[in-house]
Amino acid sequence: MPADTGVVAPDRALPQRRFLSVDNRFLPPLLITCILITAHLSFGILESYQRTALAIATAMAAELLMGRLTYGAWPNPASAYITGISVGILVRSPFFWPYVLCSLISITSKYVLRLRDRHLWNPSNFGLSAVLFLAPDTVSHLSIQWGNVVAPMAVIWLLGFVIVWRVGRLHISATYVAAFLALSFVRSAVTGTPWLATVAPITGPMYQLFIFFMVTDPKTTVRDRRWQCIVVLCVALVEAALRLNEVIYAPFYALFLVGPCALIIERLVLRSK
Amino acid sequence: MTSNQRRLAWQAIWTLQLVAALAAVVVLNGRAAGSSAPGGSDAVRRYGFRLEQVNTAAGIDFVHAPPTFDRQLEHIMPQIASTGASVTVVDFDRDGWQDFYVTTSRQEGRNRLYRNQGDGTFRDVAGEVGLADLNRAGSGASMGSVWGDFDNDGYEDVLVYKYGRPELFRNDHGKTFQAVTERANLPRWVNANAATWLDFDRDGQLDLFIAGYFDERIDLWHLQTTRIMPESFEYANNGGRKYLLRNRGDGTFEDVTERMGIGSRRWTLAVLAADLRRTGYPDLFLANDYGVPELFANDGGKRFVEVGRTTGLGATPKSGMNASAGDIFNDGRLAIYKTNISEPNVLVQGNDLWIPSAGGSPGKATGDDRIPEYENLASSLGVDLGGWSWGAQFGDLNNDGNQDLYLVNGYVSAGERSSYWYDFSEIAVGHSSIIGDAKNWPAMRGRSFSGYQRKRVWLNDGLGRFTEVAQVVGATDTYDGRAIALADFGHRGVLDAVVANQGGPLLLYRNSVTPGRHWIQFALEGSRSNRSAIGARVEVQWDGRRQLQEVVAASGFAAQNQRPLHFGLGASTAIDRVLIHWPSGREQMIEHPSVDTLHRITEPNAG
Repeated sequence: MPADTGVVAPDRALPQRRFLSVDNRFLPPLLITCILITAHLSFGILESYQRTALAIATAMAAELLMGRLTYGAWPNPASAYITGISVGILVRSPFFWPYVLCSLISITSKYVLRLRDRHLWNPSNFGLSAVLFLAPDTVSHLSIQWGNVVAPMAVIWLLGFVIVWRVGRLHISATYVAAFLALSFVRSAVTGTPWLATVAPITGPMYQLFIFFMVTDPKTTVRDRRWQCIVVLCVALVEAALRLNEVIYAPFYALFLVGPCALIIERLVLRSK
Repeated sequence: MTSNQRRLAWQAIWTLQLVAALAAVVVLNGRAAGSSAPGGSDAVRRYGFRLEQVNTAAGIDFVHAPPTFDRQLEHIMPQIASTGASVTVVDFDRDGWQDFYVTTSRQEGRNRLYRNQGDGTFRDVAGEVGLADLNRAGSGASMGSVWGDFDNDGYEDVLVYKYGRPELFRNDHGKTFQAVTERANLPRWVNANAATWLDFDRDGQLDLFIAGYFDERIDLWHLQTTRIMPESFEYANNGGRKYLLRNRGDGTFEDVTERMGIGSRRWTLAVLAADLRRTGYPDLFLANDYGVPELFANDGGKRFVEVGRTTGLGATPKSGMNASAGDIFNDGRLAIYKTNISEPNVLVQGNDLWIPSAGGSPGKATGDDRIPEYENLASSLGVDLGGWSWGAQFGDLNNDGNQDLYLVNGYVSAGERSSYWYDFSEIAVGHSSIIGDAKNWPAMRGRSFSGYQRKRVWLNDGLGRFTEVAQVVGATDTYDGRAIALADFGHRGVLDAVVANQGGPLLLYRNSVTPGRHWIQFALEGSRSNRSAIGARVEVQWDGRRQLQEVVAASGFAAQNQRPLHFGLGASTAIDRVLIHWPSGREQMIEHPSVDTLHRITEPNAG
């Protein structure tokens, strides 16, 4: 679900954006590492160190090997690192094999499911959706809340928004959050469920990863800023429809369905022009 | 080959890799989920035993009734009122036959004490002896009981813990029970789902540990606020306090909880007091809902130190509902089995089977060199997926010399075609300000919540693998199981099972074991140690094998097994020796005791 391969936004070199001297490419990996370490040291969010390490190692090894063999050059492992860490956080299973296979499926999908020069699915979204769908008895996703205090959650939201702003994706995250909140009112009205219950999921860490890393992935989003907002709005709409049908993994499945469709349509439109 | 051709060739290989990986996911998932043993007419011969439901023939017609709380909780009542079915085995009248006590939870509902009549039938005598009427308005609802001879008079006394006032009864020679709650100085109100007897300071007097679930300041019948729920699904620290009550030996108890270093406010559902570190002193393991389990290491009876995280078993928060211990490898190490939630397509926590570091002790040095490291081997051994798991007990069900595992499960069985899981999955991830308030919880509206689940009976092959055989051997009910206890009700040398179901009938499963399998049992009585011998450890050595068991009070969830320890021996007809470690510190060895016999052993006074 992470921002894959080269989360590089054009550096417009505005002084105010240089408040950190870190290269933009390293911000998402840094953020997700911070999330991981903070969450685990504070609350023990990981299933286990070994499982997360296994997911990261598998993703990075697969990326290096497949990139080298396919293109004859060593790829930058940063995006595979994010994929692995996302799998390590988001997959919940008492077994080890889902971590290996989810990472492997995620990375492999980048090399197989492509349209011209772009892969169609955000890798970890594809891997996670696949194992959730195919292994319902043994795999679930992260479904918990960070601790019980507002501060760490607020810090991560703030940090996340700053970073997506720096990489030029704030409009995507903001559109999604606004759409989710609005649609939660609709779902509450339709189902009679208290609004706070319908809005509750977005307060959890799973959504922070989803919003900051998955829906903003530059390689699997359309290029036009306005259409990026429309696509993520569609993701939120499909997710709401799935939620109304009590699909628990709704956000992942929604992105799984909408993301590639948007890319294909974009490709067709560009070709017709 | 051009670079383009090479790229295409590799992409073809990656395509195959992707297909293979997806197929592997399906296969591995199926293998893990569908691990039930094959059925067929030879199943009994193959597994060595079968279970037969005999409650009706045995004269048992008890049906648990859940409590009804404040109307502000009406929309989620099945969840709030989801416990209270319990069963504890005891020989309360010392006639040599194992009896059992069950609780109901509806206001004015009557608990039952089933006296074993020795002919395969049972008769409820709770009303006659004064243990029936414990759900009176204003006093709370019974959640469970635990037996121990706190006054060392030879008769087992009982604590009934409740969402309400805990009640202690002194057993008057098996004839009547005298309420001694007031005099004993017990806490006025505890919303408890677990309690146990232990002699934490080894003074020969049984002490009491009661674990709160909901905050003790909450009266669930008269809510002042709806902010009574856990503040987090996995990190909640706003549950009930714990009570370690030291037995002064004069019929009164002293609250030493704080002094002894137990400050937990987690949502405890099960407690196990056992000498897990081989120090001679009982440690306390707490299976907590909405959080990590806790292991309180007993530092020589002077204080308890929480070492859950250090040992590894307190690292991952889950929904702990059971605590039982068994020597599953026959190597003298007690594994701890903690049950959690596994619901396909939603939440797969998996149950935990915590195995201490090899050798049992010492483990990682942390100032106390007897702190073991634990490793969760539930997945490796195949005992991880048990649905919404509740009580579980270790016991040698087929007398083959290995500790098997019987687990009951199921949360709320209501509408068969509707599920509450989606709504729960939304609220469960909410921030504390959302999840902590009952009024934010979606209404259940008659929907099931992990209901109608099949039970699990895992047979231990002694080689590191458990095989699930419940449907084959006859454990076929699908009630919402809570508590299970194992006991030899017929002096037949086999472990029968009694299962308490939430809002459902009590079930008695009669066990029939293939002839030719031997056994031995030990009924211990302390002299310098507490008379119930709680905390005594017995190691049986035979045929190059050895198995350790410990006398504990509470085991599983809201349950207590029979006090005598039962060892299956397989085809062996001789035992090399038996080592008994009494709680007082005394060691005793018995050479070549006869098999197929219940040995009654009193702690020697000399030596």
